[in-house]
Amino acid sequence: MELTRDVQMDLHRRMVRIRLFEEAAGRLAEAAKLPGFLHLYVGEEAVASGVCAALNDDDQITSTHRGHGHLVAKGGDFNRMMAELMGKSTGYCKGKGGSMHISDLELGMLGANGIVGAGSPIAVGAAFADKYRKRGQVAVAFFGDGATNIGAFHEAANMACALHLPIVFACENNEYGEFTARSKTMAITDIVDRAAGYGMPGVIVDGMDVLAVHEAAVEAVARARRGEGPSLIEAKTYRYYNHHGVQNLGLKYRPDAEVEQWKQRDPIFTFEERLIEAGTSTADEIEQVWAALRDDIAVAIQFAEDSPLPHVDQLLVDVYTQRTH
Amino acid sequence: MSERKLSYQMAFNEAVRQAMDADDDVFAAGEDIGAFGGVFGTYAGLQATFGADRVVDTPISEQAIIGLGIGAAVSGLRPIVDLMFMDFVCVALDQIVNQAAKLKYMFGGTATLPLTITTAGGAGLSAAAQHSQSLEALLCHIPGLKVIYPSNPYDMKGLMTACIREDNPTVMVKHKRLLGMTGMVPEENYELPLGVARTARTGRDVTVVSYGRMLNESLVAAEQLAGEGIDCEVIDLRTLLPLDTETVVNSVRRTSRAVVVHEAVRFCGLGAEIAAQIQEEAFDYLDAPVARVGAPFSPVPFSPALEQHYVPDAVSIAEGIRGVLARPLAGAARSQ
Repeated sequence: MELTRDVQMDLHRRMVRIRLFEEAAGRLAEAAKLPGFLHLYVGEEAVASGVCAALNDDDQITSTHRGHGHLVAKGGDFNRMMAELMGKSTGYCKGKGGSMHISDLELGMLGANGIVGAGSPIAVGAAFADKYRKRGQVAVAFFGDGATNIGAFHEAANMACALHLPIVFACENNEYGEFTARSKTMAITDIVDRAAGYGMPGVIVDGMDVLAVHEAAVEAVARARRGEGPSLIEAKTYRYYNHHGVQNLGLKYRPDAEVEQWKQRDPIFTFEERLIEAGTSTADEIEQVWAALRDDIAVAIQFAEDSPLPHVDQLLVDVYTQRTH
Repeated sequence: MSERKLSYQMAFNEAVRQAMDADDDVFAAGEDIGAFGGVFGTYAGLQATFGADRVVDTPISEQAIIGLGIGAAVSGLRPIVDLMFMDFVCVALDQIVNQAAKLKYMFGGTATLPLTITTAGGAGLSAAAQHSQSLEALLCHIPGLKVIYPSNPYDMKGLMTACIREDNPTVMVKHKRLLGMTGMVPEENYELPLGVARTARTGRDVTVVSYGRMLNESLVAAEQLAGEGIDCEVIDLRTLLPLDTETVVNSVRRTSRAVVVHEAVRFCGLGAEIAAQIQEEAFDYLDAPVARVGAPFSPVPFSPALEQHYVPDAVSIAEGIRGVLARPLAGAARSQ
């Protein structure tokens, strides 16, 4: 697939945005400035970026506990994201959701989700609405390899196929379900093998190669938009950090050498080499992208730190929608 | 308004039909509700009228059925999703409790979930322990949900209409043994407000609080007790969450005695919450401890010989009411 320079630079920019946001969040967590759990997306940037770049603004996605990357890739605002991570009233969820429930319905991002696998049935509902209204929108369910072991995923995949819905199941196979290797929790190697069981096509892509992910996503999204039903993309990827928190090496459940091996194939740096080699971009231009986004991050951290905490009078607000009609 | 007799089941059906007629965003999905019309016939004929795209037969996948409703609701539709038996709520609990009930709050208010979950509860059909439960208290423990349990056809139509128009996730519980109950129901569309109880019978001596099928059994018990000179006030909660505590407490302040009646297991049932609220709000008015009539602490048995002793009826309710009236006044006890 021939991609324009604009598309390639857009893919690059999405990945750098995620990397910078996540690294900044990690530093803030280390400095004890973020309450709660933090599941970093670093290493998996090509997946969210490659898929979301294939979507329109009004296409909807569901996400996971490792959800910052999906929101950033869908166009999430750094200021409101950082404020939410700090539990501030200016955050995306007014400080009521935090990292694990970060969402922007206006960008079609139906929420990170603290329950593994729970986003897929909700994505099925979004896809149902798309089909019902015949407006040509599609839904994408992001989930990890671990989520394919939970019943909700199977129900969602089967129902989506039975109802022939415009949905793409995007699996981020990072080889670990929390703190346990995938090989210990399933007897198959490739998640894509499961697709046939529901009657949908599936494809494996290199999740460290943003162009490969994007190409597969464009095809799957187009298929869904044409009314040809669901499909599954398995992106083989890796998370550099622990399941949660900022430790990356010295973990009991995975070898350090493996981490180093995957980092050699870093989705951003390898893509930058290709951009320069092909003459699509230059080292200077790439550095300018990073520098400008670093400034945005600094602004976001300042915004979040300066923002007020939620007032106690907000505690019981938004448990229910008040009736207006 | 033109009224005619309609069954509880068809009052439900008519509410759905009129809502679908009025609003293209309303659709229904669930197991066997389309071509078959639902195992209790509550969705009969709707697919023939509105088509298979609006009355959708789903796989036997309770989590995905609720997820379908959630995703469609946050996308702006007004879904009605059916869980065939109330026991199957347990299969879908994550989607109901962790997702539907919480999305709005977790997302800082940005999500709106006009989602109606319909289901059939209650015992009395020898359906045994996995198809007979009354799990409403489980749902009432969850902030973000609304729980509705009508006792008659008129309320069914008005409350179901309100559920569909509601912008929050509601659980509409139909009692299986009320499906054939008939009553006068207006043909016109109407709505009864959620969270508002109804005084089904006025009386001086004791307040009986109930809902669903047990409300009708309580009314039978009240008639029997009237013959014994006991004048019962009977309150039909209609909505269990939010609970109309005010109507209950105002009544108890007049009668000074209360009995809560439900078909659910008594321990940790809704009666425990209602009794606690009565003592918090009307302690000084009480002449006797608040009594509870409910099922014993066991799964619902299969054999009719056992089940008839498991589910409360007018006889056991009357016994419970006599119990709170037999107790001497506290003042009188002290003066002896």
